[in-house]
Amino acid sequence: MPEPIIIIKELTRKFGDFTAVNHISFEVEAGEIFGFLGANGAGKTTAIRMLCGLLKPSSGSGMVAGADILKNPNLVKSRIGYMSQRFSLYEDLSVMENIRLYGGIYGLKKALVKKRAAQLIEKTGLNGLEKRLVGDLPLGWRQKLALSTALIHRPQVVFLDEPTGGVDPITRKQFWEMIYETAAGGTTVFVTTHYMDEAEYCDRVCIMTEGMIRALDKPDILKKKYDAGNMDEVFLKLAR
Amino acid sequence: MNKIKYILQKEFLQIFRNKSMLPLIFVLPIIQLLIMANAATYEIKHINIVVLDVDHSIFANQLVLKFEQSPYFDVIGYADDNEQALDALYADRCDIVVHIPQYFEKNLRHGKMVKIYCAVNAINSSKAAVVYNYAQSIITQFSRQIDIESNRETSTIKAPDIRFANWFNPHLDYKTFMVPGILVLLVTLVGMVLSGLNLVREKEIGTMEQINVTPIGKGAFIIGKMLPFWIIGMVELALGMGVSLLVFNIPVEGSMLLLFAFAAVYLVAVLGIGLLVSTFSSTQQQAMFLSWFFIVVFILMSGLFTPIESMPLWAQKLTLINPIAYFVKVMRMVMLKGSTFYNISGYFLAMAAFAVGFNFLAILNYRKTST
Repeated sequence: MPEPIIIIKELTRKFGDFTAVNHISFEVEAGEIFGFLGANGAGKTTAIRMLCGLLKPSSGSGMVAGADILKNPNLVKSRIGYMSQRFSLYEDLSVMENIRLYGGIYGLKKALVKKRAAQLIEKTGLNGLEKRLVGDLPLGWRQKLALSTALIHRPQVVFLDEPTGGVDPITRKQFWEMIYETAAGGTTVFVTTHYMDEAEYCDRVCIMTEGMIRALDKPDILKKKYDAGNMDEVFLKLAR
Repeated sequence: MNKIKYILQKEFLQIFRNKSMLPLIFVLPIIQLLIMANAATYEIKHINIVVLDVDHSIFANQLVLKFEQSPYFDVIGYADDNEQALDALYADRCDIVVHIPQYFEKNLRHGKMVKIYCAVNAINSSKAAVVYNYAQSIITQFSRQIDIESNRETSTIKAPDIRFANWFNPHLDYKTFMVPGILVLLVTLVGMVLSGLNLVREKEIGTMEQINVTPIGKGAFIIGKMLPFWIIGMVELALGMGVSLLVFNIPVEGSMLLLFAFAAVYLVAVLGIGLLVSTFSSTQQQAMFLSWFFIVVFILMSGLFTPIESMPLWAQKLTLINPIAYFVKVMRMVMLKGSTFYNISGYFLAMAAFAVGFNFLAILNYRKTST
């Protein structure tokens, strides 16, 4: 059995008197699609920000992709990909310019960026649109491009923070196909979402309420355990 | 560190792609320079004067003629009585009323004391002082002339003959004084406002977050964001300098290299202020307001428009922490006086301290807000 790719122990973050994340512990296996659910304000974003090395935990420890999130956040950053709910590519740069920028920031050699850019464009179906400004692309395409760009340096884990917000159902489906492909390629996918049908696509889901983990298991097991027909019911029972 | 290259590339792509940014950066400042250099002047010309001549004598006419011939005064009318004259003053039609009393000529001829009343509109006190001085010198000239014509001893005491030589700006050209200062403004706007706004924009649209999860260091990112504005600031100074030389014939007595060296340090200081502002703001509106506040205070107290020496002492002390004041001063010293590095070394040191200080504060605050 290989080491889990994410190991979190008693992770806590306080903002003044308010405890946003309260002693959470969990592990994520390599190659898993790990769903991270919770109502707004449950502490999901705070947790994800700590895992990515963006926010210092108040206490607890965590290893992500073999790097310590407390001692070596920069090493964490170089081994993960991240795509946030807010669109994060530069709209006034072209498709190719965005890819080159992020490739460069992640320290990839020029030739490698060129090679991966070609693959990426092929995969996202953006052929012929390389010089188009990202702001001129439809939202769905932009999200797909953002995901591919977050994967340009072949990270071991990719964090997706509500990646499908505001996207139409067809694009959402295509997007999840990309997630499956990514996971099949060996990259662990850590995804937060509000769509409970998406939770069904995950290998395991973790449900947070009030800064704590209420449930963590395979969707089928959770449904049985809480006597629910779908994940929506599970969520409503737990999150209330 | 070679990751800075990619940030730089991105910044320049974005700046040059933005169709509204380019004219804002390069064309507007030049227009500003052309307009402000011609409009911002302390010289007071066209002082409107209303004459209340009760005497109607030859001497009275000669005095009025003196006012008419002066390049500073425009005689816009004659009043019949006191009331009419004051009306003109109240209605803001004139700046000064000169009242020549009855028996003006007669008394003069008999060597008696003669009084001329001048009522000056003193709402703007410094303008009033100038008007008063001009009027006095014309009247003095007139009385000397009368004395000479009537072969009289001018006065019991011979006044010393004072002659002035105007150093560093021999023709008292106002543009020569203003243009170097205005150049400072142009550079400052780019350095302080645009840089701050640019950084906050990344926060606003969320790309900052994305950059933060990449392994690029904060230092490298900030340098990559600030360097383009430093370069643009320097180019803008060169451009403005070119216009000053070609259009306004401003003399450059000192070393151009020294001037640009100082500007280089100055820009680092000003960029530090922009950065500091951006760490305090989460929206462009906030950043705009904050930098506007700094800019207005700094400019008004920079000695660009009003001499620092005539400010109250506490305000003079405040200018010690105003980088714009230093640059305006150095600009004028080097361009007009030909001051050398030795002459301005104190200012150089102060500016270097500002550069370090502001950036230190900014980075300190930047760290604090991001953990």
